[in-house]
Amino acid sequence: MTPDDASTTDRPLLSVRDLSVRFPAGREGRVRRWVHAVEGVGFDVERGRTLGLVGESGSGKSTIGNALTGLVRATSGTVHLDGTDVLTARGRAARELRRRIAMVFQDPYASLDPRRSIGATIREPLDVHRLLASRAQRAARVAELLDLVGLPAQAAQRYPHELSGGQRQRVSIARALAADPDLIVLDEATASLDVSVQAQIMNLLRRLQRELGLTYLFISHDLAAVEHMSHRVVVMYLGRLMEQGERSGLYERPAHPYTQALMSAIPADDPAVERTRERILLSGELPSPVDPPSGCVFRTRCPLAIDACADHVPPVHLDVDHTAWCLRTDAALAGRAPR
Amino acid sequence: MSASTSAWRLLLRSPVAVAGLGALGLLVVLALLGPVLVPYGANAVDVTRALQPPSGAHWFGTDDLGRDVLSRVVLAARASLQVSVVSVSIALVLGVALGLVAGYFRGWADAVAMRVVDVLFAFPVMLLAIAIVAVLGPGLTTAMIAIGIVYVPVFARVTRASVLGVREEPYVRAAVAIGAGPLRIIRTHVLPNVTAPIIVQTSLSLAFAILAEAALSFLGLGIQPPEPSWGRMLFDGKGFTGSWWMSVFPGLAIFVTVLAFNLVGDGLRDVLDPRQRSVLESRRDR
Amino acid sequence: MSTTTAALAVEDLHVTIGRGARVARIVRGVSWSVQPGQTLGVVGESGSGKSMSVLAATGLAPATARVEGRAFLDGTDLLGLGPGELRRTRGRGLGFVFQDPMTSLNPLLTVERQITEGIEEHLGATRRAARTRALELLEMVGIPDAARRLEAYPHQMSGGMRQRVMIAIALACEPTMLVADEPTTALDVTTQAQILDIVRELQERIGMGVVWISHDLGVVGGLADEVVVMYGGQVLESAGVQTLHDAPAHPYTRGLLGARPRLGRLREELVAIPGAPPDPRALPGGCVFYERCPIKAERCAHEVPPLAEVAPGHLARTFCTEER
Repeated sequence: MTPDDASTTDRPLLSVRDLSVRFPAGREGRVRRWVHAVEGVGFDVERGRTLGLVGESGSGKSTIGNALTGLVRATSGTVHLDGTDVLTARGRAARELRRRIAMVFQDPYASLDPRRSIGATIREPLDVHRLLASRAQRAARVAELLDLVGLPAQAAQRYPHELSGGQRQRVSIARALAADPDLIVLDEATASLDVSVQAQIMNLLRRLQRELGLTYLFISHDLAAVEHMSHRVVVMYLGRLMEQGERSGLYERPAHPYTQALMSAIPADDPAVERTRERILLSGELPSPVDPPSGCVFRTRCPLAIDACADHVPPVHLDVDHTAWCLRTDAALAGRAPR
Repeated sequence: MSASTSAWRLLLRSPVAVAGLGALGLLVVLALLGPVLVPYGANAVDVTRALQPPSGAHWFGTDDLGRDVLSRVVLAARASLQVSVVSVSIALVLGVALGLVAGYFRGWADAVAMRVVDVLFAFPVMLLAIAIVAVLGPGLTTAMIAIGIVYVPVFARVTRASVLGVREEPYVRAAVAIGAGPLRIIRTHVLPNVTAPIIVQTSLSLAFAILAEAALSFLGLGIQPPEPSWGRMLFDGKGFTGSWWMSVFPGLAIFVTVLAFNLVGDGLRDVLDPRQRSVLESRRDR
Repeated sequence: MSTTTAALAVEDLHVTIGRGARVARIVRGVSWSVQPGQTLGVVGESGSGKSMSVLAATGLAPATARVEGRAFLDGTDLLGLGPGELRRTRGRGLGFVFQDPMTSLNPLLTVERQITEGIEEHLGATRRAARTRALELLEMVGIPDAARRLEAYPHQMSGGMRQRVMIAIALACEPTMLVADEPTTALDVTTQAQILDIVRELQERIGMGVVWISHDLGVVGGLADEVVVMYGGQVLESAGVQTLHDAPAHPYTRGLLGARPRLGRLREELVAIPGAPPDPRALPGGCVFYERCPIKAERCAHEVPPLAEVAPGHLARTFCTEER
């Protein structure tokens, strides 16, 4: 029990402030060049809720997940998990954070060691953090976890190649739950599964959240999946925040031209609607993250961009819980692009 | 524990691996009981019967000094097997350890380990052996250490190359993300997944070690004549092209040994891989 | 849908891999056809046989596969041709676009060379004529600054640009048919939208037939005229794209439509299809979908429903057409 216990109840579980991640990209003459993978990103994740992090390739969404789980080192900024500084922790404290932040990866085929049994795979976090003293206790915990994710107890003796994609992703989830983490980072956790199996896994994740009070960071390129899974949503592009808000506000009234383009790119279910609807097609290509545009990074492809967009990007608060980093939210909300 | 016993049982179920194990067992028996079994001594010189082709009295013929080739092949088994197994074991342990460290940690550990390996690679085998002889004196032990050290770079490079691939696998990243330390990750995730190429390299090296020993002993640095070794006999037979039996039978002995190691190696590689294992198991079920 | 007038028609196609007890029956009696200028969507999950059926029909099945049946391209049975003739017929009449444009392009050749290769080989054009045509093709697939792009290598382009180059190569010899195997799956949604737009536009302009293989009914919806839904190596349903959306007849198709979260339509639970697709080495005796079917009618356990007409032009492999 820490002295500031009283405040723990209302502060967010995870708090990210001004996070930047840069990777070296060689030199040009004397100048060292950097890939600006993530630049000045901030958000909170509330306990027991899901934050959806949505963006296309190159948006930096997966880099954020990797920075939280220690797979890449952040360049600057702060990340606090329930008051503990995540980025500066070393040694034992860092190991404990690995226990408290678990991760489920995209590819259920590659993220399980083909040479280890399912039981050994799920047990690994317990072994690493020396959590349960006896062999029997650990075996019981593995059986309990298998049951929790809807797999039979005998699955512990099987090997990854003997399971289907959906079953493997259940194993990854069981393993993520093993050490009783505070936060689970789901990095495209349903992206490589078949549609029918994706639904199973999303239902499972939501059931586990209800039953165990889990907190998720749901990273995905799939806007519809993010809407289904999340309470709050962050939209990213080229390493920057574009828009952030509660799910209902953001999906009902997307105010950033990029969010609008993303939504517009999703095909409508009804072929008749799909063939007649107006779509916002983005022109051009993703700029290089080594040399991102000044001001708003989206302006080179934005249908609403004006000269001022090259200078500054103000956060525009559309609602208490809804912010867009854009000069042109009025035009975007009016739904018309003056040429 | 249960995994290893079932792997052993599966190995015994593969006819190919059993043939290899059987041949190896026979070789070991010959090596141990050789002196009691053979009809003639290794150095029973009888120049009146030199260079005789295979016959009822000398199944494998005789060499230029009239020594019985069969007896010498059997008596050489111990030294030749010992040299190949011990020297390759030295190379395996040192080389794999270096390769794991270099490949997994990269950075300066990689740079240092690989420079050491490059230096070893650059040394001619004989020069290295001569240097070691200068310290330890000639003989079997020296030969084994020299050959072992000479093969370290091969194992180090093969291991490192595989580790470079495996360390980028998502399951290794997943282990990092749960907070597993590097030693644990190397032991439980990296090493088991790089065994296949190492086993193949081991089978190959065992054969080369037998031949390397021949070269060393020819220079008087390995097994001291007149003690027989297969490599040495093969070497000595080179000058007597008409007397094919002098080199064919020791050559055959090397061939059978290498084949046996290879068969066991292939079998091991399969049963150590769960994916192959379930194929083997399903075959049994049918 | 008549075979004789079709641009590409497949009849009773079977594909097996391996033999004996471990034989995998990947495609089991699939028939469909595409009329000139029409688009057929072939939809299914992984292991449904959707890609294999199209690859096998065009002679691109792996060497270990056994292919039986017939596949007519403009009336010529491709599966009855010798290797040389097959290659020529395919080179002229069919264009292919695959999922991963990076591995389908040769990393050592410029974009120009990759496009002109086929034009020179199959149309006998001169180098200069082929270059002019390559430029025209790049402009057609919406690549800006096309003249400069001709000199580029694949790694210098983005995924979306590479897929456009693939389409340009596929269209180089003015094929009767474009075969697209999950061409937008590896792309971002905004890039996918661009590619879908280009293909739609090109089809209106050129009038080629298209087979579009996808795991995503939504992608096919805006593009296809007819859709074939595959599962466990069989066609479970085939219908016009609007009919399939408005009145899906097979429980599997309905399941697929219900399993996907959709923008702006929040539900507490997604209607997941339980279990996993069947192993092609151990297919069930009755209906291939029985294990996962929400209806599980008794006769389906041991009897394979025939692919029968439930409405004009609408086929479904089910006994339960009335139950919804």
